[in-house]
Amino acid sequence: MSNVAIVGIGMHEFGRTDGVSGMDQGVIAVRRALADCGKQWSDMQFAVGGSMDGGAADTMVSRIGLTGLPFTNVVNGCATGGTALAQAVNTIESGAADVGMAIGFDKHEPGAFRIRGPRGKDWYGGSGLALTTQFFGMKITRYMHEYGISQASLARVASKAFRNGSINPMAWRRKPLSEQEVLDSLMLSYPLTQYMFCSPGEGGVAMVLCRADKAKDYTDRPIYLQAAAVRTRKFGSFEVLAPSIALERDAGPTAAASKAAFEMAGIGPEDIDVAQLQDTEAGAEIMHMAENGFCEHGEQEQMLANGDTEINGRLPVNTDGGCLANGEPIGASGLRQVYENVLQLRGDAGERQVPNDPKVAYTHVYGAPGISGVTILSR
Amino acid sequence: MTTNVAVADGIFTIDNGRPKLLGSRCTNCDNHMFPRQSGCPKCMFNEQEDIELATTGTLWTWTVQAFPPKAPPYLGPTGDDFVPYGVGYVELPGQVRVEARLTVSDPEQLIIGMEMELVLDPLCIDEDGNQVVTYAFAPTQSSTSGGDAS
Repeated sequence: MSNVAIVGIGMHEFGRTDGVSGMDQGVIAVRRALADCGKQWSDMQFAVGGSMDGGAADTMVSRIGLTGLPFTNVVNGCATGGTALAQAVNTIESGAADVGMAIGFDKHEPGAFRIRGPRGKDWYGGSGLALTTQFFGMKITRYMHEYGISQASLARVASKAFRNGSINPMAWRRKPLSEQEVLDSLMLSYPLTQYMFCSPGEGGVAMVLCRADKAKDYTDRPIYLQAAAVRTRKFGSFEVLAPSIALERDAGPTAAASKAAFEMAGIGPEDIDVAQLQDTEAGAEIMHMAENGFCEHGEQEQMLANGDTEINGRLPVNTDGGCLANGEPIGASGLRQVYENVLQLRGDAGERQVPNDPKVAYTHVYGAPGISGVTILSR
Repeated sequence: MTTNVAVADGIFTIDNGRPKLLGSRCTNCDNHMFPRQSGCPKCMFNEQEDIELATTGTLWTWTVQAFPPKAPPYLGPTGDDFVPYGVGYVELPGQVRVEARLTVSDPEQLIIGMEMELVLDPLCIDEDGNQVVTYAFAPTQSSTSGGDAS
C-alpha cells in the first residue's frame, strides 16, 4: 500500500484527568498532532473521529475551529480508533483528499463496562452475564486447557506491562508490579486477577495523515501505512457477549484481519520488529500473539519464559505498557497503539526505545461484538 | 410458597420446576441457535423452526464472577449480599454451546468436560412477591458423586 503517511501525532495523557472532559482530551490531542507537523486545523481537508462515552466527535470543531471541513463520526466498539484510521486511509487512497486527521478519545465511568439490553427484556444483563470480563476469563480458561499455558505466564505478561508503563510518561499505571504481586491481587474472573485486567479509563489520540508523495511537506520523518484492515467475526468464532456459540470453530476476526493486513503489506510476521497487541487482560496478549501469526498456539509459554516479548527481546510486544498500563478509553485505544509505533519507528520512544533501529511495526485491536483491526507501519 | 417467574419471556419455559431453553433450528442446515432468532448466520437461510434445546451437556469452559456486576442491569443481590457465581459455556451435544450461570463457584469443583444439567436459579423477589428466576447449569449427580468427570 504505502500511499498514505502519518506525519503528525498527538496524545493526551491516559488515565484519570479530573476536570477535563473526554472531548477536551481529544481537542488537546488534535492540537498536539498539528503542532507535531507544524500545520493548522485550517490545513485539514477532512477528519474522522470516534468516542463511545465522550460525545459525538464532530462537535469538537466548535472548540478547534469552524472551518467547514467534512467530519465523519465512527463508532465501532473497541476498534473505533482503528476504524477511524482505516477510514482516513481510505479517504486519502481514494483521492478524495490529500490530508486529514484520525481522532479518538474517551472517558468512562470507573469499573467494568455497564452493558444494558432493551428495557424489560434484559434477561442477559439481569442474569449477570453481560460482563466482558467473563468472556476473557472463559476464553483463556479454554485456551490454557487446550494449549498448556500456565497462570505464571499470565502474571509474566502483566508484570511486563507495568514495567513498560513505568517508563512511559503518558501511561496511567506507572508503578512496576512483580509477578507475585499480580498473582496475589484480587481474583476477579478466574483465572484472571485484578492486575491481569485493564480498566476502562480516559485519554485522547489524534494523527495527521497525508498522501505519501506529499509527506515531506509536513515532516522529514514520515511513517508509512503499509496496511490497515478491519474484520468482523465469522460463523463459529468464540466472541465476547455471546449467549451461545456454534459447535463449529473459526479462527476468529483477529486471524482474518492479520492475514488481510500481511497480504496488503506483502510481508509476513517474521518481518515485524515491534508489535502492539490488544491486551484487555494478560491472557488476551498471549492468545493474540498466536492469532496474529507471531507463533503457534502454545509456543507462548516458552517465548515468555525466554523474555522474547520484552523491549529488548526478539519480538517486543506492548512496549508502552499496553491496555494494562494505559487503561482502555475505547475511542482512543487503537490509536494509542499506532502512536507508540510511530514513536518507535522514529526512534523517539526514549527509555522504552526498541533497540536495533526498528523498521516495521504492527498494531492489533479487538473488541465486542467480535471485531479486530490491524495496521502495519514502516519507515 | 412463592411463584417462580422467568427473568424475561421467550428465553426459557418452566415445567415442573425445571427450565427448558427456547432455541431455533435452521430447517436448511440444522444450525442450532439460542436465544430464538430468525435468519441463520451459517447458511443465510431465512426459515427456522422453534425448538426446546437439550437440558444436559458438558462443561466447555468456565470462569467465576467474583465481584458484583453493576445494577442495573444485574437483578441479583449486590453489595454485601453479593454471592459469587460460576459462568460457563455448556455444550449441548449436536446442538450448540450455551452460556449460563453455574450453580458452582468453587474453581476446585469446576472441570472442563464435566456433565451438567439445566436448573432454575433465583435472582430476586419482584414487587408482586414472586421469585424471579433465570436458568443455570448444575453438575449432574453422577459428576459430583466421585464419578468420572472427564
